[in-house]
Amino acid sequence: MKAARAPRADKTNVKLLVVKDGEIEDSSIERLPDHLRSGDLLVVNDAATLPASLPARDARNNRVELRLTKQLDERVWQAAVFGAGDWRTPTEDRPSPPRFAQGQEILIAPDFRARVRGEDQLSGRLLDLEFNLSGEALWRSLYQHGKPVQYSYLEDELKLWSVQNVYSSRPWAVEMPSAGHALSWRLMLRLIRKGVQVVPLTHGAGLSSTGDVRIDLALPLAERFEIPLSTMEAVRRTSVGAGRVIAVGTSVVRALESADQGPSGFTTLKLGPGYERKIVNGLLTGTHDVSESHYKLLQAFLPENILALVSRHLERQDYLTHEFGDLCLILAE
Amino acid sequence: MFDFNGKSVLITGGSRGLGRALARRLSAEGAKVALVARHQEELDEVVREIRKQGGTAFGIVADVGDKESVYPIVGQAAALAGPVDVLINNASALGPVPLQLIPDTDCEDFERALQVNTIGPFRLIKAVVGSMILRKTGVIVNISSDAAVEAYPSWGVYGASKAALDHLTRIAAAEMADAGARFFSVDPGEMATLMHAQALPDADPADLQSPDAVAEKIVTMIRESDRIANGSRLIASEWRPL
Repeated sequence: MKAARAPRADKTNVKLLVVKDGEIEDSSIERLPDHLRSGDLLVVNDAATLPASLPARDARNNRVELRLTKQLDERVWQAAVFGAGDWRTPTEDRPSPPRFAQGQEILIAPDFRARVRGEDQLSGRLLDLEFNLSGEALWRSLYQHGKPVQYSYLEDELKLWSVQNVYSSRPWAVEMPSAGHALSWRLMLRLIRKGVQVVPLTHGAGLSSTGDVRIDLALPLAERFEIPLSTMEAVRRTSVGAGRVIAVGTSVVRALESADQGPSGFTTLKLGPGYERKIVNGLLTGTHDVSESHYKLLQAFLPENILALVSRHLERQDYLTHEFGDLCLILAE
Repeated sequence: MFDFNGKSVLITGGSRGLGRALARRLSAEGAKVALVARHQEELDEVVREIRKQGGTAFGIVADVGDKESVYPIVGQAAALAGPVDVLINNASALGPVPLQLIPDTDCEDFERALQVNTIGPFRLIKAVVGSMILRKTGVIVNISSDAAVEAYPSWGVYGASKAALDHLTRIAAAEMADAGARFFSVDPGEMATLMHAQALPDADPADLQSPDAVAEKIVTMIRESDRIANGSRLIASEWRPL
């Protein structure tokens, strides 16, 4: 599939493929209200996108890039480290970064540094970093020096403006929860007026690719989520009624399906073939190539043969992929 | 009744005058206040003062007239104080000082006033209101002026930008009526502030209201916001708790 190479200036022309009862139908995001009914519950991920890419240098002045994955403590974040270069080079072609030892310092700016606390057992490129700043000073520096994480299929450097959904709140996501990119308030008010309830949860959507095979095979990593009690209650009411619980994005599926461990925490849940959904009946999601890890997640909703049919159709009908691409609505009664 | 305890309140122009008074008052009510100002030292002083009193305050150094500052402002506020429950667009730019007649006003002075007084609030509303609607709670207060209504000579830049802000408030409320967010604008009246002294250097401060007294009224307006018609323009000197 072709990549959408820039944020969509006109979101009304985002295509929507609806998959229901083994049938597929070409539609558009503007017709989303036609495909949902009163009593359905649409659950969105309200995480704002943090500018999680930090250009930095090691003690020997080698250029590296840190891509934050999640906050672990007041000063401590997990980050994937990349060698020299930036988003313009495909992640798998980036040079390896130097190996970091515990205690080594990484310099982001003269007054903004991180010390390596340890590396993850998955890979020496996945580090726990302790910043020299905390609280307001840390957040200010992250926003001052960070840029949105992005990939080589995009044409231009992204602005922070381009990677926020229209309902974004706390900056927990290191990549935009992109299934919501085409939702406007005009569209959502139409849904609400039709009787579709729209409720939030917050899920710290992580990196979708690092170019490190060991990390990429383990994606998604453990991610932080929080489901408000009002959303839990809306899900419960919908589940006992005739409505459907429809997740906007796989991050929402991951959080909702992890709710039995409590309304907040870190989830390690892996969706994929054979996974039996307990809560979610439908999914609004981006379109994904067969080679992507997201494709596997969709097997929690569709059997392999239908998914293959969907893939062929998306390809033939020139649907666009990646975070600013076209969308797919899967309704699995 | 809106309960401030534990709520996240974002106040622009939070280091001086009315913004500072609102920050002190709201933190005393139990709110976590995130204050935006351009100057670090003044901001640090207010944050220190509030923390010393046992309140929760955070300082965000930014210029609300700069488009690229908007998501850093809202992101820092939400990360530190939680999803924004109350936004107070208080930061204001007077325009040329001393005040000028419209034909003597530089285009750049008008553009700057619009950026701070009208477009900055628009951007912040855009960045916080979606989350408010989803959470079915939220109050947006836009600080206006009687210059938005009265045609005072030499107040063209300030008055026109505040009139636009009043109308933005009304339209936002009409668009999102009953969706969960409340909007109103407030004419605070003449206060003993630095901005007032810049505009009218000969005024006697003894004749002016204190920012603390006006802040007290605005706090009661927010508290009773569910009983105020959405999109209202309120005048602080005429305000009586409902």
